[in-house]
Order: sequence, then structure tokens, then C-alpha cells
Amino acid sequence: MTVQTLRHGWILTLRDLKHWQREPWTPIVGIAFSVMLLLMFGYLFGGAIEVPGGGDYLPYLLPGMFTLTMLFGIESTMGAIADDTKRGITDRFRSMPIAGVAVPLGRAAADLANSAVQLAVLMAGGLVVGWQVDGSVGAALLAAGLLLWLRLAMLWVGIYLGLALRGEGALMSVQILVWPFGFLSNIFVAPETMPGWLGFLAGWNPVSATAAACRELFGNPTGTTGGVLADHAVALALAWPALLLAVFVPLAARAYRNLAR
Amino acid sequence: MPASPPLLARDVHKRYGATRALDGLDLEVSPGTVHALLGPNGAGKSTAVNVFTTLTRPDSGEVRVAGHDLRRSPRKVRAAIGLVGQTSALDEVLHGRENLVMFGRLHDLSKPTARARAGDLLDAYGLADAADRKVSTYSGGMRRRLDIAAALMTRPHLLFLDEPTTGLDPRGRNEVWKAIRRVVGEGTTVLLTTQYLDEADQLADRITVLGAGRVIAEGTSAELKDALGGDRVIVTARTPDELARAAEVLGGTPDPETLQVAVEAGPSGGAAAMVAAIRALDAASVDVGGAVLRRPTLDEVFLHLTAESDEPQTRGAAR
Ligand SMILES: Nc1ncnc2c1ncn2[C@@H]1O[C@H](COP(=O)(O)OP(=O)(O)O)[C@@H](O)[C@H]1O
Ligand SMILES: [Mg+2]
Repeated sequence: MTVQTLRHGWILTLRDLKHWQREPWTPIVGIAFSVMLLLMFGYLFGGAIEVPGGGDYLPYLLPGMFTLTMLFGIESTMGAIADDTKRGITDRFRSMPIAGVAVPLGRAAADLANSAVQLAVLMAGGLVVGWQVDGSVGAALLAAGLLLWLRLAMLWVGIYLGLALRGEGALMSVQILVWPFGFLSNIFVAPETMPGWLGFLAGWNPVSATAAACRELFGNPTGTTGGVLADHAVALALAWPALLLAVFVPLAARAYRNLAR
Repeated sequence: MPASPPLLARDVHKRYGATRALDGLDLEVSPGTVHALLGPNGAGKSTAVNVFTTLTRPDSGEVRVAGHDLRRSPRKVRAAIGLVGQTSALDEVLHGRENLVMFGRLHDLSKPTARARAGDLLDAYGLADAADRKVSTYSGGMRRRLDIAAALMTRPHLLFLDEPTTGLDPRGRNEVWKAIRRVVGEGTTVLLTTQYLDEADQLADRITVLGAGRVIAEGTSAELKDALGGDRVIVTARTPDELARAAEVLGGTPDPETLQVAVEAGPSGGAAAMVAAIRALDAASVDVGGAVLRRPTLDEVFLHLTAESDEPQTRGAAR
């Protein structure tokens, strides 16, 4: 990757940041939505949900909500990419002498910045409603890093989907499918309390690794009494996004080159 | 050594499944001209533009843009061209000026250079007043002009315009025509596609008529018109009886469904043919509903040219 490509990526990042400056309700609605989910699950259902291994539900839930927010980032990335492609601005970029990765790179940096802000707001909100961090500052920073690492992987999944699926219903299908994907994990409920095969799937959901690692690093209830996920949470939270990136970065690059309309 | 033409395409093929979008396209664009690719919907105009601008890979054929081979040096081709696609390629949230500066910066212009060039183009294309407004507030004609300006940030050798006036109202269309004339005035060669004969007539030095992915005819507007036949007088009767008598007097073939009879104008032109037809009807005391002078419609042109291209000997003459 050349300096020139990085500069092109940065020019495109500034473009997206300007969007948020001009139309701030888009990111604000995104943040409000995560806060609403947090309050709904924390207070409405929280009392009824039991956490294996002990501990309160709210501190169990919060790292899960952070993770869910990273997962849901797929939608905004995919929507923005599909929108540019439909409008023809992507074709103009492709007809210009700029590297193919510059365009997704610009998107990635902007969305990552947006997610970092979203995460900070959610964490502050969590602290207000009684969430506590019982680990070292370094561990907490590592947890935040793992969350953004997951977001980066989801970003490239979103870029690929936005380029590859351009039908009218595509975005809506993804918006619907992220829900079962989010629920079939340890985000809301510990897999140990699920029926056997569901618990197995939930344990191997990539987002479960990130949520488990964050619980461990923040010193929150982990909701497990053992198992692969409990023993290697941080390693898995590093490995899963790396695997997703290894698959989806080349796929996205190819989809971008072959956007033959 | 003769300079290489802005665009040279030989025997370009592109299929989408069973559809032959380009079926052996040959094209040569001369420097400093406006060249029109004229064809109905589905003729392959956008596919051709997409191939020439490196967006779509052709199945076979040779294309050189500004002397660079499309397959071997796509990046050099991209540096030499500007593209205004069929759908607007602007950022709706950014201001007009910000769009231009962004595209200029992506072409590696320095910030001051990009700003200065953007200012010049906004003035030249009548967008100075709207320069610091969101593009989403622009009219269709303004958008197209900003689209054109964005493609001109680096003074490309060759500018591609894919149906630049489709969907515009007459005023927007006039503005865009003016803009295109200005582009050529600055020394950029233009290849535009259009479905409108009058647009090609108004703007183009040379017209290539495209049908089903291949060249049906090519020439200057005057050459094509000669090949197509000129104006015709259309006489509309009120009754079948009247139609029969009018057809007899005028010597044309009556169409009983529309109650019309058409007469081709000869070399002396449409007005003379109209006067002659009215005189003849008057002399024979035939009353009719009305008479109008009409150019062949694009549909008729295509029917005519497609029929002609089926006969190899006349095809050569029309080119
Ligand atoms: N991406 C594509 N997939 C399938 N068919 C296509 C695609 N692009 C164009 N075509 C077909 O190729 C033919 C030429 O299309 P196009 O170049 O868009 O024509 P025009 O621009 O002259 O209207 C049409 O029959 C169209 O349906
Ligand atoms: Mg088209």
C-alpha cells in the first residue's frame, strides 16, 4: 500500500466525516438505538435472566451490548456502500486513477471512528446505570481494542455485502438477519442455559468470543463455568475477526473490481 | 509519426448471458471533436462507455484510449479520461465546490490547485451562485453541469458523457448543451451517447449509429440525413374515401388505419414539397383534414438503417 493510496483513503474518510457533521442525526439515531436496547434488555428482561457462575445481569449484559453494537455496524457500512454504488459515484471512483482499496479504506476509517464514538457513549451510559469495570486500565483498553477489531471485521463484511448484493431487498434482509445472529450468541443469555445444540452454536458464534473476552477483561460476570470459550476468550476474540478479514477483504476487493454493470 | 486518436476500438465484443451487448463494435474518435453514439435503449451505448472507461472488461477486441491499451495500462487510461455516467455521480450532502475539490484531490491536485480549478469551473459552468450549497438542492440541469465540471477537474483528453440530457426538462437540456460546447472549446474531445437524433445533430461533428451492439451507420449529420431521406409531407384525410383520392393525387401509399398518406420530399426540400402537395390536392378539388411536414422519427431512422445493414453492399455506402 502506497502513501498515495493512504492519502486517497483519507480524502474519502473526510468526505464521510463531513456527512456526519452535516447530517448528525444519522449517527445520533444509531447511538440512541443502542442505548434503547441497553435499557430495554437491562431493565425489562434483566430481572428474569439468570447468569451461570453467579453475578448480576446488568454487568453481564453490558459487554454484550457493546459487542452487539459492533455487529450491527454491518448495516450502516453496507447501506453507505450500496448507496454510493447505486448513485454512480462508485463508478466515477472506479474510472479514476486511484487504487481499488482506497475507496473501502476511506469507508473503513470513517466507520471505525464513528463506532469508537458510539462505544464511548455506550460505556459512559453503562457507568451511569451502574456498570463497573473491575480490571486494570490496560485490560479495559484491550477490551475496547477487541471490540473495534470486531467492528473492523464487520466493516469488511458490510463492504462486501454492499458491493455484492444490490437488490432492493438486500439491505433489509441483512437488517433482519443480524438479529438472529446476535441472539444466537452469549450476548443476552449464557449458552450454558440454552438447549444443547443451540448452546453449541452460540458458543462458536464469532461475536461470542468478543463478548466473553470483554467480560473477562472488564472483570464482569462471564456467565460460564468452563469450556473452550472461557479458557481462550481473548485468543478467540483476536482470531475470529482475523479469519473474517482474511476471507472478506479479498472478496470485497474482487467485488469492487468486478462491479460490471 | 501521426498522433494516436483519443479513442480507437476494434471488434469489441461483450456478452451478458445470451445478450450480445457489444457485437463487434468498431469506433474511432478524432481529436478535438464531439462524437455521438446514437442508438435506442438497449443498443449497447452504456456498455460501450463502461468498456472504454475501464469499468467493464470486454470479452474480446482491442481498445486504445489516448494511445494506451485498455487491458495493459488501465491506470494510464483512467488518468486520461473523464466520465459522466448515466446516473449522477456526485455526493449529495457535500456542496458543489466540495465535490469538485474532492475529485480534484483524488486526482492528486494540490489543495490550492484544486480550489482554484474548482472556482474556475464553477464560474464557467454557471454554478458560482450555488457553489456553497448542498448538491441535494440542485436542479437536474445543475447536477449534470456539476457532474461535467467534476469530470473536467484534470483537463482530460477524452470526456465520456452517457446520455447527458436524458430526464432533463428543455431548459436543463439547453444548459447542458451549452456546457458540452464549452468543453470542446477548451480542447477536450467528447464522446457522448444519446437516444435523440436532434441532440446528435446539434452537438456532434460525427455520429455513429449503434444498433444491437454494432455500428449501423456512421458519418456527419448531413451525410446521415442524406442516407436516411429527408422530410416528408403527411396528409391526414377525414374519410377512407378522401384518403383514397388524396393518395391517388399525391402518389403515396395510404395507411387506412391512421387515414394518412405520406409523401417523401425531393431534393428541393420540405417546404417546396408541402406547397406542391397542397396545390395538387387543390387542383384536383380534394378536401383533406390537414397536412404537416415531418422529419423521419428516430424509430423510422432505425428501421431504415437496420433494413439497410442487412444488405452488405449498401452498408458500405452508408458508412
Ligand atoms: N450488467 C448487465 N447484465 C445483463 N445484461 C446487461 C447488463 N448490462 C447491459 N445489459 C444488456 O445489454 C444490452 C445493452 O445494454 P446497454 O449498454 O445498457 O444499452 P443502452 O445504454 O444503449 O441503453 C441490453 O440488452 C441490456 O439489457
Ligand atoms: Mg444506457
